[in-house]
Amino acid sequence: MAYTIPRPKLSLAEKAYVPALLTGLGITIRHFFAILSGKKKVTMQYPDEKWDTHLPPHYRGAPTLVKDDYGRERCVACQLCEFICPPRAITIKPGEIPEKDRWRKVEKYPEEFDIDMIRCIYCGLCEEVCPEQAIFLRKDYAVTGLTRAEMVHDKKRLYELGGVMTGLVNKWNEKK
Amino acid sequence: MSDLLIGIAISLLKTLGLLFAVILPMVSYTVYAERRVSALIQDRVGPNRVGPYGLVQPIADAVKLLLKEDFTPAHVNKFYYWLAPACAMAPSIMALAVVPYGSTWFGQPMVVANVDVGVLWVFAVSSLGVYGIVLAGWSSNSKYPFLGGIRSSSQMISYELSLGLSVIPIFLICGTLNLPAIVKYQIENGWFISPIWLKGISLTGINFPELIGSLSIWKLLLWIPLFLSFIVFLVSMFAETNRLPFDLPESETELVGGYHTEYSSMKFALFFLGEYAAMIAGSAVIVTLFFGAWHIPLLPTAPEQLSFWPGVLLGLAHIVAFFVKVAVLLFFFIWVRWTLPRFRYDQLMRLGWYFFFEIALVNILLVAIILAIMPK
Repeated sequence: MAYTIPRPKLSLAEKAYVPALLTGLGITIRHFFAILSGKKKVTMQYPDEKWDTHLPPHYRGAPTLVKDDYGRERCVACQLCEFICPPRAITIKPGEIPEKDRWRKVEKYPEEFDIDMIRCIYCGLCEEVCPEQAIFLRKDYAVTGLTRAEMVHDKKRLYELGGVMTGLVNKWNEKK
Repeated sequence: MSDLLIGIAISLLKTLGLLFAVILPMVSYTVYAERRVSALIQDRVGPNRVGPYGLVQPIADAVKLLLKEDFTPAHVNKFYYWLAPACAMAPSIMALAVVPYGSTWFGQPMVVANVDVGVLWVFAVSSLGVYGIVLAGWSSNSKYPFLGGIRSSSQMISYELSLGLSVIPIFLICGTLNLPAIVKYQIENGWFISPIWLKGISLTGINFPELIGSLSIWKLLLWIPLFLSFIVFLVSMFAETNRLPFDLPESETELVGGYHTEYSSMKFALFFLGEYAAMIAGSAVIVTLFFGAWHIPLLPTAPEQLSFWPGVLLGLAHIVAFFVKVAVLLFFFIWVRWTLPRFRYDQLMRLGWYFFFEIALVNILLVAIILAIMPK
């Protein structure tokens, strides 16, 4: 069905184009001076200023392993994170904790714990699934390397990034 | 014989000085300014990494463009393909030859060629610039450049007329085409852009009888058509230099870059530089015709009458004043580019033929009538 599109009735000022032109020039020059004088700021000068201090607490950066107040590595090598990881970035080689160790009753620890940061999609499922509060997504986002091998975070690097996290549930204490 | 040689040497010195010390750096820094100003207008930052505030950016750009592969597609007409970039750059520089960019410096008048056909030379040479674009479009043997070339030529035909006609009132008033003479007239009777001109005010004091004598209704009356002239000339200059809102030959969004689609490396850069050189030449002509060229109000206008050092300084100040005025106009060019969208093609032709052509004609009549009844 054919229908007529109503054309807007333009006033003389609108037809003359000049007032609209001047308004436009006004808008652009206002933006120009607002940015020039630093009154308004839009762009972050990335390598000079960084996101680090502005990141929200729930930011999902690189996944890391943490140790607790007792210096114990919290991971018990249950491999839940390895299984849930959608891109299969995590590889764990479990090992047995020796008889005489203080944390013998935990039974397992990860001998090797690799996260391939080329594969990682920062989804945070590993953190969510971990029954031991051992893996956390921290605020490191600039993960770079010159080779593929360098992009695989091994256990040492993961603990370096993760550090110590206090205030977690300590269910493996001797008294419990 | 030796006089001739000295004359040639001075001419060469002026030409090379103007070209290499002023115009080429100005061209590269206009590109930088374009990028910075456009960034600020669009709430961005712009190039600020190379050197302090990114000031070395033009040199980095030049190095990049020179080192790129100079690729000539197999399907082009080689001769014209190579000729076109030179045709785009040369005319705008040639147009600057007659522009008085300073009063006198070391006793030499600061204009490369003081010829009586001044403005005609500017129009003749600057419209040659279209050949670069048309040749590029044609020789590229490809659809988009071809469309760009066609658009450019028809646009040039439409706007050359109003460009030429719009400045005729100035020649009616001055009675000469010689640009230095037009500047001299403006110094005595006021810039053409200014509605009133107060004489008798100087740094040493105010001469009241002369001040009151200079308040003339005729100057104000003449200002109306002259202002119209200025508007028509300015807009036509936008079209002539292929700047937005009239950048139809280039139109990145429809024609993928238009006439220079097939060009790469330094040949592309020449088109780019040619566009900016044309902008500078256009601004220089506008400054000369309407803004009193190198004239600074309140300051003396003849450095050769002063003693040596003040004379040299004043001469330099005049040259700087000229290029500051040009820079302000260039800023306006850039400002407009990042404000207005591109005209549609029929709108452009309509504006040129239906409005500016007629306005320019009526304007000439208006000035002629005012001059006829004006007391001498």
